[in-house]
Amino acid sequence: MPPTPPPPAPGATLILDRAAIERALKRIAHEIIERQPDLAKVALIGIPSRGVEIAQRLAALIEQFAGRRPYAGVIDVAMHRDDLHRHRIPPRVARSELPLELAPFTVVLTDDVLFSGRTCRAAMDSLSSFGRPARIQYAVLVDRGHRELPIRADYVGKNLPTAHGQRVHVRFAATDGIEDSVWMSLDPAAA
Amino acid sequence: MSPTASPAGPIDPAPAAWQHKDLLAIQGLTTAEITTLLDTAAAFKQVGTREIKKVPALRGRTLVNFFVEPSTRTRASFELAAHRLSADVLNISATQSSLTKGETLKDTARNLEALLADIIVLRHSSAGAAQFLAERLQASVINGGDGAHEHPTQALLDTFTIREKKGRIAGLHVVILGDILFSRVARSNIWALLALGAKVTLCGPSTLVPKSFERMGVTVTHDLDAVLPEADVINLLRIQHERQRKEYFPSLGEYTSLFGLTKARAERLKPDALIMHPGPINRGVEIDSDLADSARSVILDQVTNGLAVRMAVLYLCGGVQGGVK
Repeated sequence: MPPTPPPPAPGATLILDRAAIERALKRIAHEIIERQPDLAKVALIGIPSRGVEIAQRLAALIEQFAGRRPYAGVIDVAMHRDDLHRHRIPPRVARSELPLELAPFTVVLTDDVLFSGRTCRAAMDSLSSFGRPARIQYAVLVDRGHRELPIRADYVGKNLPTAHGQRVHVRFAATDGIEDSVWMSLDPAAA
Repeated sequence: MSPTASPAGPIDPAPAAWQHKDLLAIQGLTTAEITTLLDTAAAFKQVGTREIKKVPALRGRTLVNFFVEPSTRTRASFELAAHRLSADVLNISATQSSLTKGETLKDTARNLEALLADIIVLRHSSAGAAQFLAERLQASVINGGDGAHEHPTQALLDTFTIREKKGRIAGLHVVILGDILFSRVARSNIWALLALGAKVTLCGPSTLVPKSFERMGVTVTHDLDAVLPEADVINLLRIQHERQRKEYFPSLGEYTSLFGLTKARAERLKPDALIMHPGPINRGVEIDSDLADSARSVILDQVTNGLAVRMAVLYLCGGVQGGVK
């Protein structure tokens, strides 16, 4: 067992370690292959910033299992958020990277944590401004509940019951320089 | 959605390196802030390639284009940028405004704010006019050019164009040619280019390019032919007839013979040197007409990039402020 990385917040509990994250992503990769036999028409599109890393890793895993690497890209959501005025500092915008012609593709949006569902809504709006994909699916590493919109994920790495005030932290070596891990902070109401 | 979402407030995605409600000048911005503006502009440029060239970022916000000095491209560019961000736009020019009836700038602006304007783009003949408003209003104030002081969005679109075409700014040699003394475009460009690590040379008649500019950290020369072979970029500024007085140079013809970018002079440029001009161009004065239309000229790219840069500025300054007070 490698040593446990330091928690990102005091008192946070480790939910998934590196091996558990790898297992969850492998399972999602298999499920995507099962549901989409034609991988030439699958585009894994990451929501910045960690969703982009998930899209890349799923693409590599799918290539490993099925011999074909699906398209992996990026969708900017910052321009399509409905909560811009509630920020003190504007969210960073990203350049989107998408297939030139979206129509034939099943787009699998990828993100680290599914919470209210508002980011997914913004990502779908953003995607529609580029074109009209054949269908849109949604893959997340952690579904923590507390939806505010009628949105659900098609692929879930880990269902994690949380209190509304708790925080879920995802860390990737590639994006955060900390060993891959998922953490849950203390429930402020219980503390 | 971010894993670090807070329960009461908005979910927090990665924040941009920008915390200003106003854009008044390039002087004083950090290199990181200028880079954030350029990177944000690159993302917004992509909106122009979408099927739907409009995003909802500023939905429900009102932008007032308050142009006390005439302008075509800057005003139109801000207006289209605001439309692309789904903001509502009100255009007010000096002749329509009550400034001609004796109302002060501050009173006019306070009236605009009373109409719930969230963003005011101001062009004014007095240096510091935008700052004056920004200090007194809650609305975001964007400097669309104030006297001979600064024209920040022009400098951003110029540096954006250079970075897009050359892949970098640091280490490039940029020559700014022409009417520097009267030019807010030159001042803003100098600050932006120096912050991003370019070498800047100013060139023109000694009456319009005094040596005192060297205090800003640039080189001043009055010998265009000598500096041309070293330039990676040559940015031509318009001779501002309307502000010229006789003593600065004898005639336009003489200016052209010494400092105009003619075909013969352009031969001395590096093959991949960029020719830029903020417009409107005086064909045959600052630049030969054919050169302005040549492959090395990026004058129209500058106009296209101006839209992306202004979308970025409105998003960063106006997106988070003003909506909820």
